[in-house]
Amino acid sequence: MAGQTCAAIQIRGLSFSYSDGNQALRDIDLCIAAGEKVALVGPNGAGKSTLLLHLNGILTGQQGQVMVGDVVVSAPHLRLVRAVVGIVFQNPDDQLFSPTVFDDVAYGPIYMGLSEGEIRQRVARALGQVGMESYAPRTSHHLSLGEKKRISIATVLAMDPRVLALDEPSSGLDPRARRTLIHLLQQLGQTMLVSTHDMMLVAELCSRMVVLDQGRIVADGATRDLLANDELLRAHGLEAPPALGR
Amino acid sequence: MDARVKLLLALALVLCISLMPVAAWPVYILLLALILSAAILSELRMRPLLRRSMVALPFALAALPLLLTVPGQTAVALRLGPLHLAVTVPGVERFASIVVRSWLSVQVAILLTATTQLPDLLVAMGQLHMPRLLVAILSLMWRYLAVLVDEAIRMMRARDARSASWSGRGGGTLAWRASVTGSMAGSLFLRGLERSERIHNAMLSRGYDGSIRGIAVPPLDWRSRLLVLLGLIVVLALLLFGYWVA
Repeated sequence: MAGQTCAAIQIRGLSFSYSDGNQALRDIDLCIAAGEKVALVGPNGAGKSTLLLHLNGILTGQQGQVMVGDVVVSAPHLRLVRAVVGIVFQNPDDQLFSPTVFDDVAYGPIYMGLSEGEIRQRVARALGQVGMESYAPRTSHHLSLGEKKRISIATVLAMDPRVLALDEPSSGLDPRARRTLIHLLQQLGQTMLVSTHDMMLVAELCSRMVVLDQGRIVADGATRDLLANDELLRAHGLEAPPALGR
Repeated sequence: MDARVKLLLALALVLCISLMPVAAWPVYILLLALILSAAILSELRMRPLLRRSMVALPFALAALPLLLTVPGQTAVALRLGPLHLAVTVPGVERFASIVVRSWLSVQVAILLTATTQLPDLLVAMGQLHMPRLLVAILSLMWRYLAVLVDEAIRMMRARDARSASWSGRGGGTLAWRASVTGSMAGSLFLRGLERSERIHNAMLSRGYDGSIRGIAVPPLDWRSRLLVLLGLIVVLALLLFGYWVA
């Protein structure tokens, strides 16, 4: 970790407990450089989603500090921070809450106070990036899970974020939809923090991997090295993808 | 046709029907002809339209006491033990008028919803200065009603899958089944509550700040304005005709 640049995200000493007393994050230190694609792995309940929710201030830790670029994530800067960090939630039915696909993708830009022309332009561009241009007037209820996931990503791309935080992007997808998604994520230039159980996706997409267990970072390093460390993976309920295990 | 035109004219028509005097039978027939012609021109199927319009009838029962309470010439005298009930002619007229009018109003509403996509209708409501919060509630309700129904169907399927019995007659007592249904409703409510929290997080992540915003919609063109004007004149003429007849 030493000597790493923290141009995109810097987390220092972050601890967080939910109101029921469950301590979800303990003393997290994490540094992510601009353009890096980092996997966040660990067993269920390790605190992955909780950590993602700290990146744009939906949750704020009792201790420690989160910085996005050179902005501290705190109440006065939330508008800016939420434009810089786009969170894609695990369940697209939570992310897509508007009557039509267009309304959903336009939601972020509208709240950024952009002009109407700019909003329409951004919606068209974001839907184009995920290959869903023709879906704008449709309602999201009848789309497939893969289509919904891609539109969910478009809803944050329309805000032109520098950091993308994705929660379980490939869960529930069939192989083809998963493949399309991985291609899409590989093409996007944003800094990424991807919380996932899909180790194949980690191997293909992320050069760096952070292992979280019981709210602590227990390993942080090159994906290739960590995936080769059977002992570490087993100790934290993980499994290397078969082709890369040895 | 612009959803705003349809919404305005439908509202005007419902208002006209409710203001129509009692027993203006020729005008009721004219109204029915108008509604049915619009339905035929919209290529709606008559049978579902008529069947759905029957939902109004149970509500008309509330008007049943009018049969007995409106003073006037007695039509039928009933004797229930010590009770003398007199159904009056004006009472029958009043009751029949209310039934017919509520049935007509419901047909207008069905015609509107059958020919207009709900997202368009929501935009139209916003444009006609319906409070934005109400429009947002309607839009969320429409979006998540289907999700909730899916969830309920899955739960019932899971219940059916476990409701096996050797003897051929199972299912437990009525009380037991009622308690199962009750706990299903409860867990559906809890799931809905959790989902609402996740949706709120997704909204916050995209900049939601408590105010409801939308994208501007172009004003009505002159053709639509003309159509609204003509429609309102027809509605007003019908109303005046109704008072002249009655």
